[in-house]
Amino acid sequence: MLKSITSPQGVPGFSFGALLRPLAGAAGGLLAVLLLWQLLTAGSGLISPARFPAPAEVGAALRQIVIEGYSNGRLHEHVMRSVLLVTMGFLVASGVGVVLGLAMGASRTVEALVNPVFLLLRPIPPLAWIPLAIVWLGLGDAAKMMVIFFAAFVPSVINSFAGVRQIDLPVFEAAAMLDVRGWRYWREVLVPGALPSIFTGLRLSLQASWTTLVAAELVGAIAGLGQILNQAAQDIYPAMIVVGMVSVALCGWLMTLGLAWLERRLMPWKAR
Amino acid sequence: MLQPRLPAARVATLTFLGAAGFLAFWSAAALSGMTSRDFLPAPWDVVRRFAQLVVEPFAGFTLFEHLLSSFQRFGMGFLIAVAVGIPLGLLMAWFPWVDRIVSPAFDAVRFVAPIAWVPFAALWFGTGIGGPVLIIFMGAFPPVLINTYRGAKNVDRKYIEAAQMLGASHLRAMTQVLLPAAVPSIVAGLRISAGLGWQSLVGAELIVASSGVGYLMVKGQAAVSTATVMSGMVAIGVVGILIDVALRRVQAVIETRRGL
Repeated sequence: MLKSITSPQGVPGFSFGALLRPLAGAAGGLLAVLLLWQLLTAGSGLISPARFPAPAEVGAALRQIVIEGYSNGRLHEHVMRSVLLVTMGFLVASGVGVVLGLAMGASRTVEALVNPVFLLLRPIPPLAWIPLAIVWLGLGDAAKMMVIFFAAFVPSVINSFAGVRQIDLPVFEAAAMLDVRGWRYWREVLVPGALPSIFTGLRLSLQASWTTLVAAELVGAIAGLGQILNQAAQDIYPAMIVVGMVSVALCGWLMTLGLAWLERRLMPWKAR
Repeated sequence: MLQPRLPAARVATLTFLGAAGFLAFWSAAALSGMTSRDFLPAPWDVVRRFAQLVVEPFAGFTLFEHLLSSFQRFGMGFLIAVAVGIPLGLLMAWFPWVDRIVSPAFDAVRFVAPIAWVPFAALWFGTGIGGPVLIIFMGAFPPVLINTYRGAKNVDRKYIEAAQMLGASHLRAMTQVLLPAAVPSIVAGLRISAGLGWQSLVGAELIVASSGVGYLMVKGQAAVSTATVMSGMVAIGVVGILIDVALRRVQAVIETRRGL
């Protein structure tokens, strides 16, 4: 009965129900998870609170860190610090990495010259740079930058290099025929041709830098999201560990989204 | 225009020049006396330290013993990831309801970096074997699951229909139709997963372990012995390469057998 009243006047094919259904599904899912979580922890005591916190405890821990602060700062201060460090390290490393990768792709001489050093650095996992950075630079921001640099550098070089080598030969031939060289050659041939692959590299670089920074902060830092995790582990404060982990995941996810947005802006021709 | 391929001799010369230049720069910086040799050792100091670590115990064990305990943890975490990931991926591909339940949880957990599990690893397992294994599992599990699922989802519809028409049970359809068809995708996933697992292991050992290469590096760091730290980095890199080479072999064998 309701349908016959609303549908003739409404926009054809439009209904709030259709709009709300996926939202309702997501909310229902979330509610189910919360309920299950509550039942397993506080409700039944099946999982001891010393092992994993109940939802209410996590809420309290979140309030505490947002309002009063925990481990040398409030939540937004920790987040700002970690995100700023990652952004800076990532920009420097991927800037250098992309230029080097493109140069290696464009010139076989550069490739042969740089390859041995690169082959040496490549198999070392990003996290393995942490002890070296601490020996050399201590526990401050400089050490974090060094670790992020090595984490982000390798994927951006490899993918930029591969991107240039994937450009179709006719593009190079056309560029040669039109005598495109120097700055224009880079701006109009190399970069646009390699851009999809460059972005693959940037995405990997960003993920690696974020993971590595969190690990480096876990090993030792004054503030930052990894430091929250470290402090919470030492205080045996499971609820705060959950808050820290969720913050790490959310920030990582938002930064990935930001990069995807940039990718769409810079490559409108690559319809998704 | 892309430079034409260089003659092999020229590539060899340039490669030699690049490597020699790097080593010369490093040696010069180490010998310049600006910093102590403990802080910045020369390349040959690292080689000597590496050889020393092979025979003399440091942080309780020799280098190979550390490697062995790292490798055991890696093996356990990786095997658990495979043992859970492949069946779960097949179940998700076969039963849509499993997919609908597992996918959201999996996506949410996947965004947590494996290393962020360190506090819970310490809380649940202490510094025993369980902590690092949990972290390796968290690193190695997603690629196995994703690749199994994708491989199984891409199975040609007609094989599934044929199996169903011939009355294959759920279990048989999954093990005899989905699994064989997904093998190439699974093996590709195993390579990624082994790489990520090995990387996560190193991170885990920096924090929650009392043996292993990561632990050796932490002790070297505490002793301000850069040569020890660098030896650890070399060992990790070499084992990482060996793991990848081994899995690449497996992949090649499987692909030739299937005539890919």
